[in-house]
Amino acid sequence: MANDPIHQFQISRLVPIEIGGMDFSFTNSSLFMVLTVATAGAFLFLTTSSRGLIPGRMQSISEMSYEFIAGMLRDSAGTGGMKFFPMVFSLFMFVLTANLLGMFPYFFTVTSHIIVTFMLALFVILTVVIYGLVKHGTGFFKIFVPSGVPAAIVPIVALIEIISFLSRPISLSVRLFANMLAGHITLKVFAGFVTSLGALGAVGIGGAILPLLMTVALTALEFLVAFLQAYVFAVLTCMYLNDAVHPGGH
Amino acid sequence: MFVAPAFAQEQAPTDAVPLTHTPPITEGTTEHVEAEHTGVFPPFETSLFPSQILWLAITFGLFYLFLQKVVLPRLGHMLEVRRDRIAQDLDTASRMKEEADAAVAAYEQELADARAKANVIGQEARDRAKAEAEANRRETEAGLDTRLAEAEARIASIRNAAMAEVGGIAEETATAIVEALGGTPDRSAIASAVAAQRS
Repeated sequence: MANDPIHQFQISRLVPIEIGGMDFSFTNSSLFMVLTVATAGAFLFLTTSSRGLIPGRMQSISEMSYEFIAGMLRDSAGTGGMKFFPMVFSLFMFVLTANLLGMFPYFFTVTSHIIVTFMLALFVILTVVIYGLVKHGTGFFKIFVPSGVPAAIVPIVALIEIISFLSRPISLSVRLFANMLAGHITLKVFAGFVTSLGALGAVGIGGAILPLLMTVALTALEFLVAFLQAYVFAVLTCMYLNDAVHPGGH
Repeated sequence: MFVAPAFAQEQAPTDAVPLTHTPPITEGTTEHVEAEHTGVFPPFETSLFPSQILWLAITFGLFYLFLQKVVLPRLGHMLEVRRDRIAQDLDTASRMKEEADAAVAAYEQELADARAKANVIGQEARDRAKAEAEANRRETEAGLDTRLAEAEARIASIRNAAMAEVGGIAEETATAIVEALGGTPDRSAIASAVAAQRS
């Protein structure tokens, strides 16, 4: 079982809790959610506690993330979308920190579970739908009818737009989940080759160099993916929020 | 949260109920407390979904509130203060530059004025010196003219006197010549002859 690449995604109950026949146990997943939130929160809180006019390195990181997300949201959804800034920023920081924490050996990757990423995606889409309906009423449904489309093909286009809208929470969540899952499995498989080949004696140790190099390269790639997927999640969130703010198009 | 293993084992059958993928629960499955041992791919282990949803909601909700109430206002305030400070410093810099430009302009103006004034003073001094020189020259020339006139007058008077005496000298000379020749000088004749020659 030690070499099983799936084992790292196992959830074990640390504190079993059951309410109304449902299992709400505090699991290792929950523990890493708490760790993610605590790490990100503590970092942002402590690095900004000096409130320096001239930022230090750590304070710069917090400020850069702030301005990075603020710029992203302003570019996609305009100043009207800035009311969603806390949401996009916390989503980005949560996903990024969870992905990066997952890079530690023996750590659990919260975002490698579809239900977690799906809930985050659902949160985004529900925000879009509820805000869009409250703000624009039926005008929100203009997102399904792009302007400038000939009347004859409007039904087809609207159908395609509706399907594309409905698939958004799925694509948003599966993208993040699959990236994290596949990356971690690949990493584990190649790292497994190193130990398996190493057990075969001198020739095996020589041959184990290749998967070892691959593991090193994949680790670097995984760090990139960890950041990239958090970025993609935040960018898509901004673009979907733009629909809620400006349903009539751009 | 102190839950004994016995409690966990008690829950085992209910844990296993939502697992539709697993075979019907038999007596032997009661020791399978951990849902992951059912062989289902862990991310699709639906029995653990409620727990994950709940804890995600709790942790992410608290995270969201913490960022919204504490971190983001603080970061936003910091960046705003810095932006204001930079704008203010730029304003001060541009104002100081304007002041410096004005000082340079004033300096240039004063320099031009001083130069113009110096020119005026120089011109005045030159004019005055010229006028003085002219006056001196006139005075000297006037003095020279009077002295020239005086000299001419003296020359004329001397000449007149000399000319007046010429007649007498001529008569005396003629008388002396006549006497030397052994004649008797006729003074009246000589005087008339002299007068006739001179006229």
